[in-house]
Amino acid sequence: MAVGASQSRTGLGDRLRSWQVHHRLSALDSLSRLLRSPVSSLMTWLVIGIALALPVGLSVALDNARSVSVGWDSPAQISLFLRSEVSMDAAGLLRERILERSDVASARLVSRDQALEEFRQLSGFGDILQNLDDNPLPNLVLVTPLGGDGQAQRAAELQLALQDEAGVERAVLDMEWVQRLNALVELSQRAVGALGAILCLGVLLVIGNTIRLAIENRRQEILVIKLVGGSDAFVRRPFLYTGFWYGLGGALLAWLVVAVALWWLRGPMATLALLYQSDFVLEGLGFLDSLGLLVAGALLGLLGAWLAVARHLSAVQPR
Amino acid sequence: MIAFDRVSKRYPQGHEALSEVSFTIDSDEMVFLTGHSGAGKSTLLKLIMLMERPSRGQVVVNGQNLKAMKPSRIPLLRRDIGVVFQNHQLLFDRTVFDNVALPLLIAGYSPRDTGRRVRAALDKVGLLAREKSMPITLSGGEQQRVGIARAVVNKPSVLLADEPTGNLDPALSAEIMQLFEQFNQVGVTVLVASHDLALISRLHHRILTLRQGRLIAQGAGD
Repeated sequence: MAVGASQSRTGLGDRLRSWQVHHRLSALDSLSRLLRSPVSSLMTWLVIGIALALPVGLSVALDNARSVSVGWDSPAQISLFLRSEVSMDAAGLLRERILERSDVASARLVSRDQALEEFRQLSGFGDILQNLDDNPLPNLVLVTPLGGDGQAQRAAELQLALQDEAGVERAVLDMEWVQRLNALVELSQRAVGALGAILCLGVLLVIGNTIRLAIENRRQEILVIKLVGGSDAFVRRPFLYTGFWYGLGGALLAWLVVAVALWWLRGPMATLALLYQSDFVLEGLGFLDSLGLLVAGALLGLLGAWLAVARHLSAVQPR
Repeated sequence: MIAFDRVSKRYPQGHEALSEVSFTIDSDEMVFLTGHSGAGKSTLLKLIMLMERPSRGQVVVNGQNLKAMKPSRIPLLRRDIGVVFQNHQLLFDRTVFDNVALPLLIAGYSPRDTGRRVRAALDKVGLLAREKSMPITLSGGEQQRVGIARAVVNKPSVLLADEPTGNLDPALSAEIMQLFEQFNQVGVTVLVASHDLALISRLHHRILTLRQGRLIAQGAGD
């Protein structure tokens, strides 16, 4: 064996092909290893799945809350309650005067009779109202400020200006509760974000620890591979795939948990919406969100495995 | 080709395993390395495959000075050195075939090439019929031969063996040594560490003798 010559130096094409082959082998082998110990793998998958399902489920709930409030989000509305002595004609003139302002988008006159009728329909107090001798409601002008940047600030200024109009008893800016709701939603989003970050860190640690144990279990194999010339990348590969499968499986479980929870809530939610005369429908995870969840899970798995491998693999050296 | 130039190895605990060891093994040579246990045989072999680095002196393998070798190049060095261990270092979770195929998988051979080479190596050590067996079902001598097949399957230019016959009876030991001689005859540099003086002195190769880390003889075996 003319050693130098027949020492088959493999060609680049061969090496690339075998690199792909080893990737495929590592991916399949690491998956089948996980499936060969289904109980412990399922435990890990469940831990990851629950940790991911929590922030994902909460953010789905928040998205739904936002879709409820989005209709009320803007434009804000200023209700002008007119003095009782102001007649409908005078109210009409007032409305036209207000419409001429540059910072007003629209103004609508609601007579006290219309208001009573609306109240009767929407409040559910119809029977009681019938017993009233007198209509207690004032005439009303609903003013919508111009939208755009700084809307809240300008709406507040408009409210002050309208308050001083003759015949106006009170100008109420119906924006505070929307602002409160929005602030609440934003706060919740931050909280869910923080929770998500913490739980992702948890997932990283779980996967890292699981991979560390896998490295311990396959110590002998790693030693032999290093002795016969396996590169660090070669040794690392199966463990990275193991992390990938843990992350992907966990994300799948998380998706399942969220889907089941939404399905569980859909019925009662529809009933509730019906009671509020709303056509609100609980939105689940869309296709892109689901895909994002799976990709994020797989990436978390890879990252966790990478951290564990970087930390523990170099400690396994043939001696 | 393996060359040691005044190589010393002192372990962190202060124990000096090798002191000022110099020798040269030519490319077509087969050499035995002997000495009592603790004389430094294993350390010497570890220096050749860079499992350890010398404290002083230089080791050159196939023209490459190992002192300058970066850690990322070590795998490439080891792919060109076949090693046979006393305890075989087989992986018991896979078949004989897969054990022998491991170096080829690492070096990036195509599956067809791999099959051909693994079978050739197994044939060489007389275990072609056992390729599908699990190592645990083999006898000690057979396991050692699987280890040898794995060491030579990549056609390395250097073959090292650390007490390859340590656990075998004399007849099997002689067979194993014959295998090494055959590899040497086709151009492989062979270095066998063994304390079985009776056996190695019957084979006519140079013998390096270590005592307490010093090379005290490197004469011919006969």
